[in-house]
Amino acid sequence: MTYEAVIGLEVHVQLKTRSKMFTRVAAGYGFPENTLTDPVVLALPGTLPVMNKEALDKIVKAGLLLGCEIAPVCKWDRKNYFYPDSPKNYQISQYDQPLCRGGRVEIELPGPARNIMGEHRHIALTRIHLEEDVGKLNHGDGESLIDFNRAGTPLMEIVSEPVIRSAEEAFAYLTALKTIMIYGGISDCDMEKGQLRCDANISIRPVGSTQLGTKVELKNLNSISFVRDGIAQEIRRQTAVVLDGGKIDQETRDYDGQTGASKSLRSKEMAHDYRYFPDPDLMPVEVGEDWKAAIRAACPELPFDRQRRLLEQYGIPYTLTSVLVPDRELGDFFEDAARICGKPQAVGNWIVNDLLRELGSSRTGLAESKVTPRHVAGLVRLVEEGTILGTAAKEVFVDMFQTGDLPDAVVARKGLKAETNLDDLERWCAEAIAANPKSVADYKGGKESALNAFKGPVMRAAKGKADPKRVDETLRRLLAP
Amino acid sequence: MAEELIYSTISELSGKLDRGELSSVELMGAVIARTKEVDGRVKAFNSFDGGGALAQARASDERRARAKGAGAAACGPLEGIPIGLKDVISVSGQPLTASSRMLENFVSPYDATVTRKLKAAGAICWGRLNLDEFAMGSSTENSAFHTTCNPWDLERVPGGSSGGSAAAVAAGEATAALGSDTGGSIRQPAALCGVVGLKPSYGRVSRFGLIAFASSLDQIGPFARSTGDAATVLGVIAGHDPRDSTSVRREVPDYNRGIADLAKSGRKWKLGIPKEYFGEGLDPEVAAAVQAAIDEYRGLGCEVREVSLPHTKYAVGAYYIIATAECSSNLARYDGVRYGHRSKDARDALDIYFKSRAEGFGAEVKRRIILGTYVLSSGYYDAYYLRAQKVRTLIRRDFLEAYKEVDAIVTPTSPTPAFTKGDKTSNPLAMYLNDIYTIGVNLAGLPGISIPCGFSRPASGNQGLPIGLQIIGQPFRETELLAIAGAYEGRTHWHARHATP
Repeated sequence: MTYEAVIGLEVHVQLKTRSKMFTRVAAGYGFPENTLTDPVVLALPGTLPVMNKEALDKIVKAGLLLGCEIAPVCKWDRKNYFYPDSPKNYQISQYDQPLCRGGRVEIELPGPARNIMGEHRHIALTRIHLEEDVGKLNHGDGESLIDFNRAGTPLMEIVSEPVIRSAEEAFAYLTALKTIMIYGGISDCDMEKGQLRCDANISIRPVGSTQLGTKVELKNLNSISFVRDGIAQEIRRQTAVVLDGGKIDQETRDYDGQTGASKSLRSKEMAHDYRYFPDPDLMPVEVGEDWKAAIRAACPELPFDRQRRLLEQYGIPYTLTSVLVPDRELGDFFEDAARICGKPQAVGNWIVNDLLRELGSSRTGLAESKVTPRHVAGLVRLVEEGTILGTAAKEVFVDMFQTGDLPDAVVARKGLKAETNLDDLERWCAEAIAANPKSVADYKGGKESALNAFKGPVMRAAKGKADPKRVDETLRRLLAP
Repeated sequence: MAEELIYSTISELSGKLDRGELSSVELMGAVIARTKEVDGRVKAFNSFDGGGALAQARASDERRARAKGAGAAACGPLEGIPIGLKDVISVSGQPLTASSRMLENFVSPYDATVTRKLKAAGAICWGRLNLDEFAMGSSTENSAFHTTCNPWDLERVPGGSSGGSAAAVAAGEATAALGSDTGGSIRQPAALCGVVGLKPSYGRVSRFGLIAFASSLDQIGPFARSTGDAATVLGVIAGHDPRDSTSVRREVPDYNRGIADLAKSGRKWKLGIPKEYFGEGLDPEVAAAVQAAIDEYRGLGCEVREVSLPHTKYAVGAYYIIATAECSSNLARYDGVRYGHRSKDARDALDIYFKSRAEGFGAEVKRRIILGTYVLSSGYYDAYYLRAQKVRTLIRRDFLEAYKEVDAIVTPTSPTPAFTKGDKTSNPLAMYLNDIYTIGVNLAGLPGISIPCGFSRPASGNQGLPIGLQIIGQPFRETELLAIAGAYEGRTHWHARHATP
């Protein structure tokens, strides 16, 4: 018998807000321990939560981008449990009325080759709700310290339906989700900073069965690759257990990305009773149509929609779009530059090859780049006009990247202008043709190599600074019948 | 002089301060002297800082002098007046104990919103007043530190949970005080101590900085020697607070002016008497005093009619489900991890929880946490919590229905005058039933006031114990409520009698 996997993912995404979910103290990462706290974060006696509107804006935006149904009212519940990283010993969350229901994430599976688009699918979502993050425990020698900087950070839980069928799909789902979150400015989704965290519910069943098997929850999947590897490992483990005649225990397992193995954390018997009830400190907030309309107006085009548009509108190849699209700012850069110079393919090549290389080697972000779309568009134009040669253009790019000077200025400063202009080239080619009637006859007779006989005199006339490609083109044009 | 000062109202004292006949330092000095004289017997305070209070008084006198120099009118409406605070209301740099071992050594680093408003109005924040631990109780006998004594009879309780606040005002140890009322914790001790106690509409006063017992029921309010003083303090502490989402965005009227206007208008109030509040368990002397008060209102030309609040009998049950459910969650933060009591015997995280909470909380607090945890548990939630919320809606509807016919509802505040210490400590249910007339008001979110309406016959240990009249108003119509209370107050002299502990 063959088995198939049924996977549902619970993804926690920290919202990119200036302040925390229920108080005005700043939210952030990498600050000295317990500096992002105030009486509310520490749950001092008498403190009360007040909702952060920016967080509500962002989850509504996420819901709209993912096609969810947005609840008319944002209602808050308390999830009660004791843990030292939870200052109130309850978490403010949403239980029976999540802000978003339904929705889906479009994913792309790996294609047959790197330059061929893979199959697209939609992964259905169950719900998205808003809650607050907890602090961080640091276990040391015989003592545990708590850092409450993270406590109270707005946190969105995105729950998928159990419709993911493989580790690859899970990988594609997370990649797509992350891209959408970044596109919407909802979260930076840096997994190393814990801004995106993922738990997977995995079960297997005989192919053809419609019943769900016993599920295992896999935790601590700290990178998107670990999610893929962890799920693949868990599917193998469960399949081996079942093929061996064993039964799957409902449990929570901890995946270790370093060793590629998982171990049981707890069994179902230790399940919590969270005693959810509506938080009496927070009034339900109405999410009106005007509010939603304003957020909808600020929603960007979804990444896959943009990719389809770039393919069609600019006629650039899939490989370029698959680099340009996932980074919203890079896509914007491309579109701005292509709009200025009208040469999308050349612009795309400069961005994907040269710009990304320079950014990478100098560890610079696009936002800090001195090269702007205007620079790239200008450079493309200089090359197209023959003002500079391809080799010189590479040098101009590196210079622009370092100095921020516009390409004309770099060419002038460095004397990189091709000494030929197009009129000269035209004249030299005509002279070379006139001087060598035999080769003209050979060429017209079908002898392709006869063209080389003209190139020598032209290059000599140009003192070696003519663009060979352009010389070739010009000769062919002049010799054309 | 001193005797006069310690029993004066805010309006009398403000007049003297304005006219320069009295300084705040003199007033504060008299109140401190009085407190030192009687609090060994009354035990209203958990702690006080006389030096700090005198420094605040000096600063107030300086502000007043500067204002006068600048030709400006007097400063804040409470300029130079000592206001006591129940020890669940946060004052920056002062202890905040909730009368619990759990917070015995806790000092709060911030001001509650009401504290900030009191300070801005020129008041002197005076002392930390005793209560039943975490405001759970009706006698202050649940305080982890000591039981406050009723200034009219030291063998008896002052009521609770704001017993310290009521006793301090009654005994001349504070000109006015703030308490909190979750199920009667302002009105019942006000009645038992013979002072005015006002619970505002839910949402009228910010709860930020009030240690939460039951968030959907808690409300801060004043204890005072007159309805006018209660109005003055309410005017200072009321208003929307961006730090409390349950505080309401409604303008705060000038209560004293509104009351004066209503008094001038000669409006004849329609008062409702709920038949359900005059049944079994009501002490005959209390019943007689309340009946006399009703007659007094008739004498004022008010129309009195019987009304029905049919769901009253479910109020105590619903209250003890909702209040305990919320408290079980609200008190989870007292875990010995970040602040408060941590057991010296704790070896690991679970141990910190179990032992710190076992040692830090008293029996009544534990009882309510356990009850609240139970009613929220999976499988019981619908039968208890959800049901209680429905009852709550019905109780509120009862009141709103009655208000179609009447302006306010008049009832006893407490079924009996102050009872003797120890009388009910072994019987929680008997203690809970002490709040039978006050609980519905919290469930419905309404404003309620208790004013003195008579005394019981003198008995051994006392010359008569105060009896309170409860008047229940319509949501956010505190002006009318205070005007109705003031009309009675103006015709009687109960509030002029003083306790002599």
